[in-house]
Amino acid sequence: MLVFGFMAVLPGDPARVALGVNASDEAVAELRRQFGLDRPLPTQYVDWLGGLLRGDLGTSYVSKAAIGPQVFDRLQVTLLLVVAGMLIALVLAVPAGTVMAARHRRLSGVALSALSQVGVAVPAFLAGILLIMVFAVKLGWLPANGWTPPAVDPVQFLRQLVLPALSLGLVQGAVLTRYVRSAVLDVLREDYLRTARAKGLRPFPALWRHGLRNAAVPVVTVLGLQLATLLIGAVVVERVFVIPGLGSLLLDGVSQRDLILVQDVVMVLVVAVLLVNFLVDLLYVALDPRLRTGSR
Amino acid sequence: MRRLNPSLVAGGVIVGVIALMALLSFVWTPYDATLVNPSGRLAMPSWEHWFGTDKFGRDVFSQIMVGSRTTLFVGVVAVGVAAVIGVPLGVLAAMTPRWPSELIMRTNDLMLAFPALLLAIMFGAVFGASTLTAMVAIGIASVPSFARVIRSGALQVMRTEYVLAARAAGRKPFPIAARHVLPNVTSLITVQASVSFAIAVLAEAALSFLGYGTPPPTPSWGRMLQESQEFLFSAPRLAVFPGIAIAVAVLGFNLLGDGLRDRFDPKLEDRR
Repeated sequence: MLVFGFMAVLPGDPARVALGVNASDEAVAELRRQFGLDRPLPTQYVDWLGGLLRGDLGTSYVSKAAIGPQVFDRLQVTLLLVVAGMLIALVLAVPAGTVMAARHRRLSGVALSALSQVGVAVPAFLAGILLIMVFAVKLGWLPANGWTPPAVDPVQFLRQLVLPALSLGLVQGAVLTRYVRSAVLDVLREDYLRTARAKGLRPFPALWRHGLRNAAVPVVTVLGLQLATLLIGAVVVERVFVIPGLGSLLLDGVSQRDLILVQDVVMVLVVAVLLVNFLVDLLYVALDPRLRTGSR
Repeated sequence: MRRLNPSLVAGGVIVGVIALMALLSFVWTPYDATLVNPSGRLAMPSWEHWFGTDKFGRDVFSQIMVGSRTTLFVGVVAVGVAAVIGVPLGVLAAMTPRWPSELIMRTNDLMLAFPALLLAIMFGAVFGASTLTAMVAIGIASVPSFARVIRSGALQVMRTEYVLAARAAGRKPFPIAARHVLPNVTSLITVQASVSFAIAVLAEAALSFLGYGTPPPTPSWGRMLQESQEFLFSAPRLAVFPGIAIAVAVLGFNLLGDGLRDRFDPKLEDRR
């Protein structure tokens, strides 16, 4: 309702925008009737919501093409980018955060901690620009932008995926590292880990066998929130690397005032965020059996 | 004497320098930040132009100085909007009976699922790209996190003996909120304001980068970065200076937030 409400107060007539300023009033009225824009807002809302539930995302006011297939195609591109970014973040954050916690009073731990603090301050689009400057402009190792579907040319796909995925992954990795460090520090103070050490286990094997699953519970929660952040971060990164994902579709829709397209893309993104949060709740319970009984 | 908190000091110094730069830009900049000079375009850094000039021959250092004003202005207003709405909402949710409180918090949770940048892009589409739109949108998007944090703090205060005594003495909810609850959640408000400020700086930069933030000719770090993209091969330095400015500003507010949190809750200090 929130998404629909915002779009309903958008200044300007979408039918007029679609047909151009020179279109006759009759043609505009006809298009308004065709798209159902002449009906009361509550009716339009119910129709739109009903369509969404049936998987019918409607027809674009500008291109007159069905929106569903476009959103589906673009969503795949964005998801590939987000998943690659999240994998990079995880691969970076879990070992770095664990080392930072295990050595939090040593120079290496403090240095890594400072580095992660700097990483958190760099927005993904800035990381993207810096990566382009180094790896595309200076070294010429990777393409500066573009997108090739994996089915067309897998090698080119990977080459073009590296920099955008890194720009998302490095920044999110820095954020995640701090949470991993905090979670592992908490676990290191637990009695069961002290007992494991007293039995003769060395610090890292003790942490591996007894601590990581416990430390994973808070990290998974953050991971869910970060997936949502990555999804939105991809909107900007897609603009930097000229990637035809959901973000580009949204920004094109906004600039062309394609109301229904914007509504649908925003709705898909918000639903994706909610879905990720729901899945995280399920994973949370799977990881921590104490939550299944409802006792804390 | 209490040990100086390194995060608080570093964050305070960075934020202080940015604030000074913004204030100074009102009375002095090396050049007029919006002055176009076609004969001096894309000049390298020199004694005349410390950070060089952009594609219109404008002095980059002057633009960075004036851009800090935009950044701080957006941050102050966005955090102000978030605090003015979020704090009363959080206190209200803590003080009202179960079902109105649940209603407020579930609505709040729903808003939390609405990412700040998405909301700001939609605001930009509805009301047009402007600094005001960006500030209000970022502020509204930050309301749920303010409300959530303040509610948890207010709930703790509501369980204290002095609040119970005030209630037993027949004090009305509003005086209790004003005299007992609000003064005791000030530290939480301060910490959340600093964290939200960093988010506002990032969001403003992203919005301006996408073309939905501060419109030209007002200098903005995000738009400077966006304009630098076409010169990544010929003049990459144009991206470096605004990029560093954004990262340093966010780092400053993050450190300040961490430092303030440690100061108000020393138990957390060792965990960072």
